[in-house]
Amino acid sequence: MTRPILLQGGRVIDPSRGLDQVADVLIQDGRIAAVGASLGAPDGADVRTVRGAIVAPGLVDVHVHLREPGNEDVETIASGTRAAAAGGFTAVCAMPNTDPVTDNQAAVGFIVRQSMRAACARVYPIGAVSVGQKGAQLAEFGELVGAGAVAVSDDGRPIASSHLMRTALEYARTFGIPVADHCEEPTLAARGVMHEGLVSARLGLKGIPAAAEEIMVARDILVADLTGGHVHLCHMSTRGSVELIRRGKERGIHVTAEVTPHHLSLTDRACEGYDTHAKMNPPLREEADVAALRAALKEGVIDCVASDHAPHAYDAKEAAFDDAPFGIIGLETAFGVTHTELVQGGTLTLPELIDRMSTAPARAFRLPGGTLQPGALADVAVLDVSSPWRVDPAAFHSKSRNSPFAGRTLTGRALLTLVAGNVVHDAGASRPR
Amino acid sequence: MNVTLGKDLIGLASLSADQLRLILDTAEPFKEVSERPIKKVPALRGKTIVNLFFEASTRTRISFEFAEKRLSADTVNVSASGSSVAKGETLVDTAKNLEAMRIDMVVMRHPSSGAAEFLAKRIRSNVVNAGDGTHEHPTQALLDLLTLRDKFGRIEGLKVCLVGDVLHSRVARSNIWGLSKLGAQVAVCGPHSLLPRGIEALGVTVFEHVEEAIHWADALNVLRLQLERMEAGFIPSLREYYRVFGVTVERLANAPRNLTIMHPGPMNRGVEIDSRVADGPHSVILDQVTNGVAVRMAVLYLLAGGKLELADAAKRGGGAE
Repeated sequence: MTRPILLQGGRVIDPSRGLDQVADVLIQDGRIAAVGASLGAPDGADVRTVRGAIVAPGLVDVHVHLREPGNEDVETIASGTRAAAAGGFTAVCAMPNTDPVTDNQAAVGFIVRQSMRAACARVYPIGAVSVGQKGAQLAEFGELVGAGAVAVSDDGRPIASSHLMRTALEYARTFGIPVADHCEEPTLAARGVMHEGLVSARLGLKGIPAAAEEIMVARDILVADLTGGHVHLCHMSTRGSVELIRRGKERGIHVTAEVTPHHLSLTDRACEGYDTHAKMNPPLREEADVAALRAALKEGVIDCVASDHAPHAYDAKEAAFDDAPFGIIGLETAFGVTHTELVQGGTLTLPELIDRMSTAPARAFRLPGGTLQPGALADVAVLDVSSPWRVDPAAFHSKSRNSPFAGRTLTGRALLTLVAGNVVHDAGASRPR
Repeated sequence: MNVTLGKDLIGLASLSADQLRLILDTAEPFKEVSERPIKKVPALRGKTIVNLFFEASTRTRISFEFAEKRLSADTVNVSASGSSVAKGETLVDTAKNLEAMRIDMVVMRHPSSGAAEFLAKRIRSNVVNAGDGTHEHPTQALLDLLTLRDKFGRIEGLKVCLVGDVLHSRVARSNIWGLSKLGAQVAVCGPHSLLPRGIEALGVTVFEHVEEAIHWADALNVLRLQLERMEAGFIPSLREYYRVFGVTVERLANAPRNLTIMHPGPMNRGVEIDSRVADGPHSVILDQVTNGVAVRMAVLYLLAGGKLELADAAKRGGGAE
């Protein structure tokens, strides 16, 4: 068994219990043993003074692409979970658009085994909704869940067929898992590479109108109402989507939603100069959308922040805008970006941000974690929210470098990340782990 | 005047009115070169220029090639088919290989918007955009401006309407920037399915009916309508397009003043423009083609470091230096 750890004198923020006070946290046998003032250190304990830092439940990311199996050149489960740990994440949900697609129990089992071998942040696999993500035949949800999947999604491809969405939501009810949808009406978004607006008109790039997302958000909410299933809406990007979700929740429909750090902080103006690091799907939208997404996260209309960490080879992004792939990495900047933009920017309190990045996503996907309740698994992040740091992609643990935040000065980063009481990231150590 | 063009010509959006005037003024002395029996001046002697065409083009490529040859540059033409590009070479590799051959200038046409800027940021050679996706086609707009200036003696205060497929037109975007910077009033006219949503924000007037545009304008720049647009569902048929938006003799007959008619080519006679208009007295379509060579000579000369004051001398035999 690992040594007990005593985290002394930090500001403990546990949104699951509404706790925000200076206290010690004692970790024993991989679990939270006690949270309180002046706890004694058991024999042989690793005592760490974390005065001035935040002690929070480990961050949870319900939307990452780890690229293994199939594209290990740009990320592996080992490198992706190291990046997660460095970003303060103790658990990530891996999207199934791997090669081959994670659409069967053996494929889910492979991801579980690789994550055990990596022994870093936890990986919860997400299975495909349809076989091969082809949008036709339902995957075997029962076997996927049996092997360890916590949700199903065809992310990367929208579920075009409303009939498939309906049966997926109905069938998923048996297993109590959400169906996570990438909301995009494919004929309206066809060949689009950025938000349709003034910037796309100037740049001569094919736009993706906000309506392409909103049509599918509306459909998914209606179908969730029809079926009583739980729909989770991935990476929301428009103010119209926010209004649809608000109305759906008011009517008691089981809908949850996520938003990415980049959609909370950047607009389509980032595409000027044809910067392919600003190319993602859904695209970066307008100021009014960013403002609505921030307000929705504050109010809880949007439940949580998710990174949509999407690694790509450096030379794939080194191309004309039309030819570059969609997506950016985000695990190592997610907390810094949201803390700088939303907490220092005055939208959220720090406990609210930790809720939206830990407690709320764990609740939405019914995962363990998101709490420092004594007895809970000791998945813990110690966060520095006062020292500015400069984003240097060359220093990332991820195998990829495709970040639009390179060179930005952020405040907020993980000092120490513990999974089941084991140190998986230590910014103070000469080498992590 | 201390105005220069900088390293590249990517688009008119980033140029000042002074820079636009510099190019047009520099084109004037070069017009005469093409009228001589021996159409050659030594202004770019010893310079190597690659014409890199990733998209089919006849008139733009030939126009650039004549401009280069009449300035005595050494030129190489590369087209996408049959080159390493067709074998899967990326744009960045193409750029690095050109750089390694120490060429002086690249004239590039590419199907992706932003490709010219992409190349310009990565090589030291001068880059001239000969059309990138649906972004810009700066030398086409410059020759349109020169043709208007020849015809009217000024650009400022002119009312110019771009008619047709503005959504997919790099010519339209470059014209909007160039005309507005030089003080013209700009309008667009076409079916809404072929106009960018919110284009008014660029400072242009939108006409839904071609009759209104004809009533308003001093000059029409009639854009080419590509057959693929019908197949992609932007318009129902070419026949109906001509019925509703075609620039015809009958429609022009109702204009309050004589309109000047331009077209960037190649024309679809009987689709966006009536043959009788294209061949009629108000058409300056062939003047545009003639001016194209002079404008491109001016751009190449200026990017190579040439000065307006020296353009006359260059014409008589001096170099660009």
